[in-house]
Amino acid sequence: MSPPRDIGLPNPVRPAFERGVRDDAVVVNIGPSHPATHGTIQVIAALDGEKVERVDVHCGYLHRGFEKECEDHTWHNLIPYVDRLNYCSGLINNFAYCEAVETLMDVEITPRCRYLRTLLSEYSRIADHLTCVAASLMELGAMTAFLYLVMIRDYVYEHLAQLTGARVTYTYGRVGGLARDLPDGWLARLKEILDQYEVFIARIHGLMDRNRIFIDRTRNVGVISAADAINWGFTGPILRSTGAPRDLRKDAPYLAYAELDFEVPVGINGDNYDRYYVRMREMDESVYMIRQLVEMLPVGPINVDDRRCTLPEKQLVYTEIESLINHFKLIMDGPDVPPGEVYTAQEAPNGELGFFLVSTGGGMPYRFHVRSPSFVHMGGVHRLLEGYQLADIIPTFGSVNMIGGECDR
Amino acid sequence: MSTAIRDQIQRELVPEGGVASLSHGTLVLEIPAGEVQRTARRLASEFGFDLFLDVTAVDWPGRTPRFDVVYHFYSTAHFFRVRLKTRLSEADPVVDSLVSLYGSAGFMERECHEMYGIGFRGNPDLRPILLYEGFVGHPLRKDYPKLKEQPLVPYRK
Amino acid sequence: MARTTIPIVPSTARSPAFEYFSTKKDEFVGWARKFSLFPYPFVTACCAMEFMAVSSTPYDTDRFGAALPRFSPRQSDLLMVVGTLTHKQAPVLLRVYEQMCEPKWVMAFGACATSGGFYQNYAAVAGIDKIIPVDIYVPGCPPRPETVIDAIMKLQDRIAGSHHPIITANF
Repeated sequence: MSPPRDIGLPNPVRPAFERGVRDDAVVVNIGPSHPATHGTIQVIAALDGEKVERVDVHCGYLHRGFEKECEDHTWHNLIPYVDRLNYCSGLINNFAYCEAVETLMDVEITPRCRYLRTLLSEYSRIADHLTCVAASLMELGAMTAFLYLVMIRDYVYEHLAQLTGARVTYTYGRVGGLARDLPDGWLARLKEILDQYEVFIARIHGLMDRNRIFIDRTRNVGVISAADAINWGFTGPILRSTGAPRDLRKDAPYLAYAELDFEVPVGINGDNYDRYYVRMREMDESVYMIRQLVEMLPVGPINVDDRRCTLPEKQLVYTEIESLINHFKLIMDGPDVPPGEVYTAQEAPNGELGFFLVSTGGGMPYRFHVRSPSFVHMGGVHRLLEGYQLADIIPTFGSVNMIGGECDR
Repeated sequence: MSTAIRDQIQRELVPEGGVASLSHGTLVLEIPAGEVQRTARRLASEFGFDLFLDVTAVDWPGRTPRFDVVYHFYSTAHFFRVRLKTRLSEADPVVDSLVSLYGSAGFMERECHEMYGIGFRGNPDLRPILLYEGFVGHPLRKDYPKLKEQPLVPYRK
Repeated sequence: MARTTIPIVPSTARSPAFEYFSTKKDEFVGWARKFSLFPYPFVTACCAMEFMAVSSTPYDTDRFGAALPRFSPRQSDLLMVVGTLTHKQAPVLLRVYEQMCEPKWVMAFGACATSGGFYQNYAAVAGIDKIIPVDIYVPGCPPRPETVIDAIMKLQDRIAGSHHPIITANF
């Protein structure tokens, strides 16, 4: 066996401080490949005993050139990249992106597509919150809760795979519609899964809600006030856990949210426990919304009849020259998006997911920028870590739900 | 509600040489670079735009001035967004930082700084955040080749 | 370290049972070792979702003795690189790899770890095999859990079939 080579590795980051406030403070490095933080994040913390005095958070370990890559693809071809932003809920990314392009093109989607997108957004939100709650509970040692939650998430994944063909990265949205309609029996299985979800989630409530260890680890840990949260740009469940009922689905309703009956759950303290509970309650609201949407779902086409963005039917491509050319141009050159710029946002599971697009006409975006909630949260997360114990970094990071793909892009 | 505030902003906040327009439901103010901090301060304090959403840049090589810097603000009271746009030249791409107004501006300006080389006067911490120490150039500029890698570790043979 | 196997015919006469087992030592040790993989999940990206799925109830890698992730590279022998490797992350991966003790195996989990996938740009490394040697590649973006289980079984076959340094002239 050869001894480890001395490889003299370069350090990709430069810490903001070499020592703590006092001389005897210890500076520890956590991450970027640390088992207990989900996602690749590096935290450099100056400690006073066990207490965290100062932290320096580094992200970017998953920066894979998303924006540059998107500016090199046509409006349709870049949809797979969009999936991999927040990979826990790829469908919401798809729909948020498609909405931005449709706004630029002035396309109005069909009613069935609108309701279906709403339904799938909420379904995706359940999967995302399940992942977040499962991972953060596992990091606290609650393995049983993790296994229950991943079990129900796997039902959702397999069910979505039946619809979209993939378990995690769906690429299901299209500019002006969706990739395909629901298969037979999909809604019946949806009902079954929602019923099973309720059984499983009741067990989680039983295991966790009044669990002494869980409460001790999360109550009054990582507290932030509503004013602070807004100053640091927090949106989504973190902002709502502070008591501010800010939710784009209610405030600026998009898709079919204006027609739905739902509540915006809020917390009281803005601590880890509240963030856990807000997520659990949001899943219940999502189930409630999905049940309404199944009843409301109209029949009809799922794609708009607009040759600028919708592919012609395959049968027509084979039989008539106009459709063949249309198909070829859409695939090779991309949809013709008029010049302009747009910012639209949707309420993703982590907060406001905004797309800022600049088009100069033609098939590719000129500028493609994502306002990702996780990245903004990382800018303010030191407020949740400083002043608490070293061990509290783990539950706090779990409850913030930093997603690498979305944060670093 | 939002139309009233929109009109008021258009009346009061557009300085000399600025342009205001409405684009897909967002109010767009194009202002000179020197006015950014003052306008943002008034947006925050007088008009209730308390959530700083985003800052990014757009590169237009061949145009003078070369860069657009684009800010987005959101009001959690009026549920309304404002976009500020300003132009910066290639020779001196520096604009006043907004960290004194919004905490969230810190990280976003860091990202914009490394991706486009835009300087933010007054931001004390402009270390790389998504890229790494030693990365040369600004990858989101249009003249940076997409495939130009700068590995930290030598590749295996 | 000398890697001499013991002679198949021992110089002194022993019982036939011993002779039989002495030819099977490689198989026996391989069988024992293939069910005690200790993975170190180097989790970076989207594939983590499938890694979570494959290590929990419905798919359960415990059936293959590979369920218990060791969160110290010193204690693990299978490095699973789950997700995209970026240039910023590359020194970290190399350091983790160098810290692992021999014998060690590396699994490239998913298209990005295999080849960079569809991230071919300034930020992503086009496959972890540019940095460290890889024993098994798992295709898919992300791979389905069945693919991962298949990969683990293939790796186990390889471990079982290979010669182990523990078997020397004295054993």
